[in-house]
Amino acid sequence: MRLKDLFALFRAPSRSEGSASAAKQRLQVILAVERPLTRGQPDFLPLMQREILEVIRKYVPIDERKIKVEVEREADMSLLAVSIELPNAALSRAI
Amino acid sequence: MSQVIVVTSGKGGVGKTTSAAAIAAGLAMKGKKVCVIDFDVGLRNLDLIMGVERRVVFDFINVINDGIRLNQALIKDKRVEGLYILPTSQTRDKDALSREGVEKVIEELRQDFDYVICDSPAGIEKGAYMALYFADEAIVVTNPEVSSVRDSDRILGILNSKSRRAEKGESPMKQHLLLTRYDLDRVARGEMLKLEDVVEILSIPVLGVIPQDDMVLQCSNLGLPVVLEPKSIAGQAYMDAVRRLMGETVELRFTTPPKKSFVNWLLRRTA
Repeated sequence: MRLKDLFALFRAPSRSEGSASAAKQRLQVILAVERPLTRGQPDFLPLMQREILEVIRKYVPIDERKIKVEVEREADMSLLAVSIELPNAALSRAI
Repeated sequence: MSQVIVVTSGKGGVGKTTSAAAIAAGLAMKGKKVCVIDFDVGLRNLDLIMGVERRVVFDFINVINDGIRLNQALIKDKRVEGLYILPTSQTRDKDALSREGVEKVIEELRQDFDYVICDSPAGIEKGAYMALYFADEAIVVTNPEVSSVRDSDRILGILNSKSRRAEKGESPMKQHLLLTRYDLDRVARGEMLKLEDVVEILSIPVLGVIPQDDMVLQCSNLGLPVVLEPKSIAGQAYMDAVRRLMGETVELRFTTPPKKSFVNWLLRRTA
């Protein structure tokens, strides 16, 4: 046994504490996001997105590629954000 | 009443086959008639873990596709009365598992056995779906480690939506957590998720906690289900899990570190 090892005997145990709690926390966050997608609930988002777009398309011509749909989940609420970029022509006609 | 139980996990290498072998052997030691089926077509290993690899003549796939009778393919264990192994094919692939074929075999086994244990392959492909589809209960094998817990959560979602019980709207499949490779020292040091954490995240009842035990490897080297080695603490923990599966109330063991002696303490410090 080297001197270093002898000293190590009397030192406080190494502080690797916390990595397990980090694991738990990370899992809780990621599963909160994944569960609604994986736990067998009907995924209504694509259908709802299509219907919303159909309504808008009745009034303004829109480009499929300029549409962004996002869902943000937090502890006690979820936010559905649909952003649609309208062509300039459509707007000027409306005004 | 015959019970079909799938041993599953999503993630590979967490101890599904070891657990399926141990639980099947344990149930047979308790006097039940048990058949354990390998669903990992193309990568069979249950035969090795059970120590019957040299006795495989016909397999599960031959029974489904080639007109071989079930009792020509079943291998009777020579150590435990009432324990039978249905190996799978090493050369075919998972497309050889048709749902109708699997159903026919499982229904036939139900007539004859108290328990049918389905050892699932890893992943969420056809083999895994076939292993869980006809099950009444599921044992979800999980290691106290982030990727294993996440995959177990995914599998729980699949059990709840893709099994026959779910599709037919019958009562949901009973699900059990089997936490394996539980290293008490690392849990005590805060380096490993503890049982309570995993239970809180997955929220299913605990069937057993299997402590990290070097004898598990030694038993697999010998083709011995670990419950046949009475000195193994993992084997003892599996036997406790078997008793719980049969409905007994058995207190959890091996979930707190053994009492520390000065010698142990000294050894750990110098290791």
